[in-house]
Amino acid sequence: MRFQLIGVNHKSAPLEVRERLAIPESRLPDTCRNLAAYPGIEEGMVISTCNRVEVVTHTTNGHADLRGFLHDHFHLKPEELDPHLYEFREKDAVRHLFRVASSLDSMVVGEAQILGQVKEAYATARAVGAVRGQLDQLFSRAFAVAKRVRTETAVGSSSVSIASVAVELAKKIFGNLHGKNVFIVGAGKMSELAARHLMAHGCASIFVANRTYDRAIGLAQKFNGQAIKFDDLYSTCDRADIVITSTGAPHAIFRREHGEQFLARRKNRPMFFIDIAVPRDVSTDMAKLDGIFAYDIDDLQQAVSSHVADRHKEAERAEAIIANEVERFEARLSTLDVVPTIVSLQDHLETIRQAEIDRVRGRLGQLTPEQEIAVEALTRGIINKVMHTPITTLKTAAKESEATTVVDVVRRLFNLRDKDKETAAQPVAKKDEIGTRR
Amino acid sequence: MALLWLRFALGCYFVGLIYAFVALTRTSDLFSRVAFHAASLGMVFHFVSLVEVFLSGQIVWASVHNSESLLAFFSMTFFMVIYAIYQTTSPGVVVFPVVFFLTFVAAVDEQPVLLTQFVSHKGWLIAHIILIFTGYAALVLSFGASLVYLLQERRLKAKKASSLISFLPALEVIDQIGYRSLLMGFPFMTLGLLTGSVVAVTTYGRVDFLDPKILLSLLMWAVYMVMVFTRWNSGWRGRRAAFLATFAFVAALAAWAANYFSTIHRFAAS
Repeated sequence: MRFQLIGVNHKSAPLEVRERLAIPESRLPDTCRNLAAYPGIEEGMVISTCNRVEVVTHTTNGHADLRGFLHDHFHLKPEELDPHLYEFREKDAVRHLFRVASSLDSMVVGEAQILGQVKEAYATARAVGAVRGQLDQLFSRAFAVAKRVRTETAVGSSSVSIASVAVELAKKIFGNLHGKNVFIVGAGKMSELAARHLMAHGCASIFVANRTYDRAIGLAQKFNGQAIKFDDLYSTCDRADIVITSTGAPHAIFRREHGEQFLARRKNRPMFFIDIAVPRDVSTDMAKLDGIFAYDIDDLQQAVSSHVADRHKEAERAEAIIANEVERFEARLSTLDVVPTIVSLQDHLETIRQAEIDRVRGRLGQLTPEQEIAVEALTRGIINKVMHTPITTLKTAAKESEATTVVDVVRRLFNLRDKDKETAAQPVAKKDEIGTRR
Repeated sequence: MALLWLRFALGCYFVGLIYAFVALTRTSDLFSRVAFHAASLGMVFHFVSLVEVFLSGQIVWASVHNSESLLAFFSMTFFMVIYAIYQTTSPGVVVFPVVFFLTFVAAVDEQPVLLTQFVSHKGWLIAHIILIFTGYAALVLSFGASLVYLLQERRLKAKKASSLISFLPALEVIDQIGYRSLLMGFPFMTLGLLTGSVVAVTTYGRVDFLDPKILLSLLMWAVYMVMVFTRWNSGWRGRRAAFLATFAFVAALAAWAANYFSTIHRFAAS
């Protein structure tokens, strides 16, 4: 098991860092190819979502320089990136990946989106050949674990994301969202998602303002909405009941005077600002105005985590499932690790048996078919009897930490070194063969 | 007998009163259902009590206690209408204590009644009482809604996680409840005051504007009008609306209390 994983997520890195690491979908295949070609890496894939960027690899010796890959690929200096990185190896990498796929590591624990995103990333990497044997198994297992967590616990049952929390809050303010208008300021993935949720709950129309007007038009078309020139933002914003703002502006774009203007023009009907920009787009003194309800990303996250607290028990159960699955996966993989040894041991003894039969055949003279079968059965029986204990020992050892020692001893005793490589290529197929040979 | 039924009703409203206090600190769906059913049962007793008073043959509404009882009943009716429309018991936080208080005062003891003998136009008097009490009930409800609005606004502003799971209805729903009660109540209040002055003119031949009852009633009406106007014109809600509503409510209480020292609006027993 030589898995290695490196990455950043919403907990380890601020948005700015994650943004610089984010890989657009179109460039994902190339990134995977580069990764798989990087020294020390046998297989590799990249998961890139708005909350995380993870590089998952299977390496030749378990010590590939993944940090080096990130620095090279993103042209980032180590001091910019390294403080935010986490790195896992072997068992820990497996556990982390299982947790990610099961949505236990998500900003919103239990949200279903992440599994789809991981599956897409896997499909992409697989299509370019960056994922083959080991990672393939790891991910198939991860998907199975995610499914198990979903069906056996209630973690995903009342799944909430930032977007759906925003919808719930909007409902707490407006009751029914029918006929409410939404204003997106600054087109982005997250605001698009939030808008989609709001529209699904009955919001009537959508306005989009963006520094780049073309992007505003693009997004507005998606929702059948109306693009607004950024200069007209303040004169039109009061038409919206819900404003989702996520610009990259270095300071607040909505200040107290704007809020007062809006409220005056709206006859004090309340406005809900979903501020997912970092730094925030809505100033704190504007948020204090009566009738302005501004939730920034931290507030939303807090609201989200309260749901998580409700489901704390479920999350614990999910963690137990993950722990159990990691053990199982490890055991299975290490069984696979001893498989080549068993196969070569069998091959080795079979060769000896054949050689010995050939050697004595001349002295035995012509044998009847019955005698032929008897000799075959005799020699085979001896070999199987002799092999039984070593194979059982190997298989038992595989589940424990001494696996490598035992494998090593067996190899040395029977002088098996050379054949390992060729048999390792198709461990699964060989495993089936063992069953029939025994 | 009427008093006995009223006391049964009082017992039921007491559950509502407890609910009002509990609801401020925690959320319990079960308890709000219990309180709602208790209040409904209370209304049944209350209604029986009112019918008995009515059947006693006189226009006895003009007794202080019976009118308090009637006002409590109207307030409950409003509460039920709101419940039917919005499926929320939260205005009960204010309505229940007020209703309990009114019923409690009314249920303490029996009172002789007699204002009516001075009045020449009984039809006007009945109209006055019903109109003005409907106005009062609407005011109580609107006052309740504005306080609940404040509460919910606080919760949403505090951004505590509990704001998501709070039992209070959406801010805009509370706002609508308050505004609709206000709008509905205003014409009743206005007509109530007009019919009242008709009664006064026909009884005394004039309206004494210096009488505390009339002064305070006018003050209350003025505040009421300011509330409707600011709301309609500039959409006042939240803190400012709550201040006005409190003011109007206090003025209404004062106008009510004026019964005890007004020379013209005097109930027989007081």
